[in-house]
Amino acid sequence: MTTFLGLPTAPAGVGHLSSGRPFPDAARAALTDSQLRGNLGHATSTIRTKRARAVAEVPDWAQLRAAGAAIKDDVLANLDRYLLQLEEQVTARGGTVHWARDAGEANAIVTRLVQASGAREVVKVKSMATQEIGLNEALESAGIAAWETDLAELIVQLGKDAPSHILVPAIHRNRTEIRDIFVREMAAAGRPAPDGLTDDPAALAEAARLHLREKFLSARVAISGANFAVAETGTLAVVESEGNGRMCLTLPRTLITVMGIEKLVPTWRDLEVFLQLLPRSSTAERMNPYTSMWTGVTPGDGPSDFHLVLLDNGRTATLADPDGRSALRCIRCSACLNVCPVYERTGGHAYGSVYPGPIGAVLSPQLTGVAANKSLPYASSLCGACYDVCPVAIDIPTMLVHLRERVVDAGRPRALPSPERIAMAAAAWTMAKPSRWRRVLRLGRWGRPVVRRRILPPPVSTWAAARDLPMPPKQTFRDWWKDRG
Amino acid sequence: MKIALFITCLVDGLFPDVGKATVRLLERLGHQVDVPLDQTCCGQMHLNTGYSREARPMVRNFAEAFAGYDAIVAPSGSCVGSVRHQHPAVAHRMGDEALAARVDDVSRRVYELSEFLVDVLGVEDVGARFPHRVTYHPTCHSLRLLRVEDKPLRLLRAVRGLDLVELPDADQCCGFGGTFALKNADVSTAMLADKMTNILATDAEVITAGDSSCLMHIGGGLSRLRSGVRPVHLAEILAAT
Repeated sequence: MTTFLGLPTAPAGVGHLSSGRPFPDAARAALTDSQLRGNLGHATSTIRTKRARAVAEVPDWAQLRAAGAAIKDDVLANLDRYLLQLEEQVTARGGTVHWARDAGEANAIVTRLVQASGAREVVKVKSMATQEIGLNEALESAGIAAWETDLAELIVQLGKDAPSHILVPAIHRNRTEIRDIFVREMAAAGRPAPDGLTDDPAALAEAARLHLREKFLSARVAISGANFAVAETGTLAVVESEGNGRMCLTLPRTLITVMGIEKLVPTWRDLEVFLQLLPRSSTAERMNPYTSMWTGVTPGDGPSDFHLVLLDNGRTATLADPDGRSALRCIRCSACLNVCPVYERTGGHAYGSVYPGPIGAVLSPQLTGVAANKSLPYASSLCGACYDVCPVAIDIPTMLVHLRERVVDAGRPRALPSPERIAMAAAAWTMAKPSRWRRVLRLGRWGRPVVRRRILPPPVSTWAAARDLPMPPKQTFRDWWKDRG
Repeated sequence: MKIALFITCLVDGLFPDVGKATVRLLERLGHQVDVPLDQTCCGQMHLNTGYSREARPMVRNFAEAFAGYDAIVAPSGSCVGSVRHQHPAVAHRMGDEALAARVDDVSRRVYELSEFLVDVLGVEDVGARFPHRVTYHPTCHSLRLLRVEDKPLRLLRAVRGLDLVELPDADQCCGFGGTFALKNADVSTAMLADKMTNILATDAEVITAGDSSCLMHIGGGLSRLRSGVRPVHLAEILAAT
């Protein structure tokens, strides 16, 4: 269990994998926001239903899912070899590969590359990896403006807000709020919102189109993430719905891609599996509208300068944990968020990481180490809905339990055990011997006046804040059984 | 067939009527039931909260208490889920091969009540009568860990006089989740509120399920609302005549 402790996790203080605020506190604040509850409840239930329909259409979904898991497990088991193959292929086709141990190194590499190009601003394709490392803030502190071009990321950026969903980062906003953000903030960022802008979705899309078109036409550098990289040819792939990503990937002279090291697939044949699994799981589409693929540089066509930054940031540490490594199969579809009863009620900000929901509750503590994200493994009722919908069959409930063990074990060396640990040890001591349990069971009767008068100690009082307690019976089951003879 | 009742600690201490109903039901169907009194708790709460080291003696005790039975039946989906899916992993990690072999053997013989009735005994009509309007909540571990599917519903549909109404969004978690209800009490309560809204929309007199723990949570909320809807375990309905 200690073999993986020596490997570096994602460093604290850079990027967005932990807020430091315990989940229950952040969740309590989110639960009081009835607008947020309404927006989220509506959005997640709609997408949930659509996903179920899109998946039910595919007769061999179970086999596709097993194939997706198997391909990713092969990638993880042979990551060293595939990464070197990718580097060789990208380099042979005119690209440059950079290796970043963590968020700080990745940010420094990208900043240096942008500075070398002479550009003062960059356009960005929606990317989880660059959100994870806090790239926009790093560029800003170097005097470089990074413009998000995905519509939802643009809404989040203009609103000086944080993404709350992997796929739909502005899921917590409704269109009236979006209109207000556009009217208030667009002018300072470039082309202002049209006069008299309404909250009609077509009008909002047109305002964003006009605003972004100026960015696309003037940008000399683009920064993207990658959904997949094909090791055998060095090809990178981005899938999206809007086409804004393709503008960034084709128009500027320089393209910098930041990609987690686990995003590889060995061959084009393997890509076929994921291009079926991903759109149906994430947007409930049979096929995503835009699939952009590029291999190195092609003279006279697209960027002439291509850089690939391979990001570790705790991934090798995750890979070293046998009970946690399958989290690296994740293809960021966010199906688990949309079915999660906890996410549906708290939204993404409560998780304090760019990866919210069930996958975030396992991935964030894996990347940072459990000490920086102690409460996230407990942010689940273990209902199992996430595992059922995961297109690469990550057993999230079992992994949450594993991470809870890591949290508990990390607290064991402390001189003073927590009240919880004392209670758990006492209960375990009682249950270890049938004779002890029999004696404690008989004491249950004494709970009757306590329940009747409602003088309750914690944690019973926490329970009783919203629920009545059951009245303990006069006779336990086993006493009834013995009387019966 | 030598049948043992795995009472579960919660039913033993707080809901003895559920245990009595399970015994009466199985006896009415012509089977002799034994209750090994050395059983304590399966350790699910410890395991799911991260205290797997503390749960080890409970895993050992379970395998010892239930050795030698053909079938071990429990009125709880989540306790059966823990024994079937977690006990073998814990035992194998303990490095005691004899124990691991015994746990593997015992955990294969453990059944949730509806599984045992439909899959092992092959009955759907247990001869019950329960003239009430009832709605059924499929608890998460029965549904997704054990895959009991519609077995509880098939049993309920065969009960005389029972008016079964479909629960909207039935497969959504009620928000109990063991220590989740305490550690994330506010989220748990928000989930419970939506579950109760759906239950009240059915106009049912009775909410039933295969787990006393989830029913304690749902019933505790319904009682606080003075809603008049009663929580009744599936075993109690099937035992009623």
